[in-house]
Amino acid sequence: MSTVILLLVTGLGLGALYFLVASGLSLIYGLMGVLNFAHGSFLTVGAFAGWEVARRTGADSWFSFLVSILIGAAVGALFAAFTELVLIRRLYERHIEQVLITVGLSLATVALFEGIWGTDPVFIDGPAWFSQTTNLLGAQIPNDRFISIIAAALVLLGMVLFLKRTRYGMIIRAGVENRSMVTALGIDVRKAFTLVFTIGGAAAGLGGVLASHYFGYVSPLLGGSLLIFAFIVTVIGGLGSLTGAAVASVAVALLQQFANFYLFGTGDFVVVIALALVLLFRPSGLLGRKS
Amino acid sequence: MTSHTTARPILDVAGLNARIGGQQVVEDVSFTVPASGITALLGRNGVGKTSTIKALIGLIDRTGRVELDGQRIDKDPTWKLIRRGVGYVPEDREVFGKLTVAENLRLAERDAHPRRELVEQLFPDLVKRSGQMAGTLSGGQQQMVSLARALLNDNKVLLIDEPTKGLAPKIVQEVAEALEQAAATVPILLVEQNLQVVRRLAGDAVVLSGGRVVHTGNALDFLDDEDLTRRLLGVHADAEQEAQEAEAPVAAGATAVSSSVAASSTQAAAPAPAAADPARKGAGL
Repeated sequence: MSTVILLLVTGLGLGALYFLVASGLSLIYGLMGVLNFAHGSFLTVGAFAGWEVARRTGADSWFSFLVSILIGAAVGALFAAFTELVLIRRLYERHIEQVLITVGLSLATVALFEGIWGTDPVFIDGPAWFSQTTNLLGAQIPNDRFISIIAAALVLLGMVLFLKRTRYGMIIRAGVENRSMVTALGIDVRKAFTLVFTIGGAAAGLGGVLASHYFGYVSPLLGGSLLIFAFIVTVIGGLGSLTGAAVASVAVALLQQFANFYLFGTGDFVVVIALALVLLFRPSGLLGRKS
Repeated sequence: MTSHTTARPILDVAGLNARIGGQQVVEDVSFTVPASGITALLGRNGVGKTSTIKALIGLIDRTGRVELDGQRIDKDPTWKLIRRGVGYVPEDREVFGKLTVAENLRLAERDAHPRRELVEQLFPDLVKRSGQMAGTLSGGQQQMVSLARALLNDNKVLLIDEPTKGLAPKIVQEVAEALEQAAATVPILLVEQNLQVVRRLAGDAVVLSGGRVVHTGNALDFLDDEDLTRRLLGVHADAEQEAQEAEAPVAAGATAVSSSVAASSTQAAAPAPAAADPARKGAGL
């Protein structure tokens, strides 16, 4: 029983990280039709920025951790906004060029990060509480999992409130359904594009800081490794669906954790099989729009 | 209903060309829309009526000159020229199905003081359904939402694309009444296949064939000319009315028109229509 609880909570923690990356990916694709292969770079730059802040302000303090989260999210947001304004904006409806530019940016940023911080993983510290465990129904749960889960839940709540309660949220929801009709109502949808990129970048940057605590290190390849699963989550959840991204994040991470434990470390393989099944039998994803 | 061709036009279109996927769908189209009343844009299926409307507001790539109230708008992106005072009601309504009726309307509000009273007066049913998801509305109700979005703002012209398409005869009448009231305050360019609606509402007519303008003039004069309507539309208004009356108990009004157009198109000596308009999504009208 305690093993199941441990796998459940650890899976939720991993799912939280997937969601922080996949939520932005999903909204960006849903609104703009852009498959953003550079999204992992937003996560990595957020993680490194958070680490730089933490090591300068005392990595083991809660204050340092909170500041690193804010800085990580802010840097991720700025980098994402810059990417949209400078690189993507000229390429809307040019999907091949978008893929080329975002893949290129992803490769270039990894090289840049390796140039700045080196190729080896940088191990990080956090508040002492992170390295302790909490007993939950007999299972000893690493505390940093709770932080990831709470942060992702707050981000989900914030995004839902933003989408439901604000005019820009309404524009984004409408744009995901029918972008040209939003334009035909006299709305400059490009502002919504930049906003969605910025929000997605902030969530990824936050995810980067939390991922570095979850895995215990930050490296130039951190974003890329999480991006693969975030893409899987995005497709399974349904492109453009925030709720779908949340549900699929949890489902994929739990599947991965349980398969790794009970099926001889085959978690990644099982996830890919799940992706194939969804593409075969429900190509629009669990909660996506039917084409 | 009178023709207004001598007044200064609110919309002046000259040499409009548009392509979709490399295919020419609008070819050197020129016409004007008077500053009041309703101008009907007519033609058989696939002649480029919807493409012309979309080209006017830049939803598809186009060249040519488009002036709104004397100001060129053809260089503006869609959102900007819409804000200059163009209301657009698309074919197939295109309401946002996952937004509520109220959200659909709020999204369309551009002016500081949107004309909510007018909309509530024209479409009282929408007030009762303001919290309902637009995707769950009937076709007629969705059409009301689509029209209401355009009427909320103080526009200089409305471009309305087949508002009665697929609607039951009773709803067609309601839509026609709403258009009649709207036309009292704003000029309208109306794409419409239901010739009874055109006869009731339109002052002027612009007729397309093969992506080109082949006739302009008074709408009633055009509809009364049996040879011309048979040649350019493939049906005559009177024949259409008879068909509608025969089918009305069982079929939606617009569907009846579609049937009559299709039935008579083989005997018409009209110019070959352009290839099917790729911009059109649905079958039928």
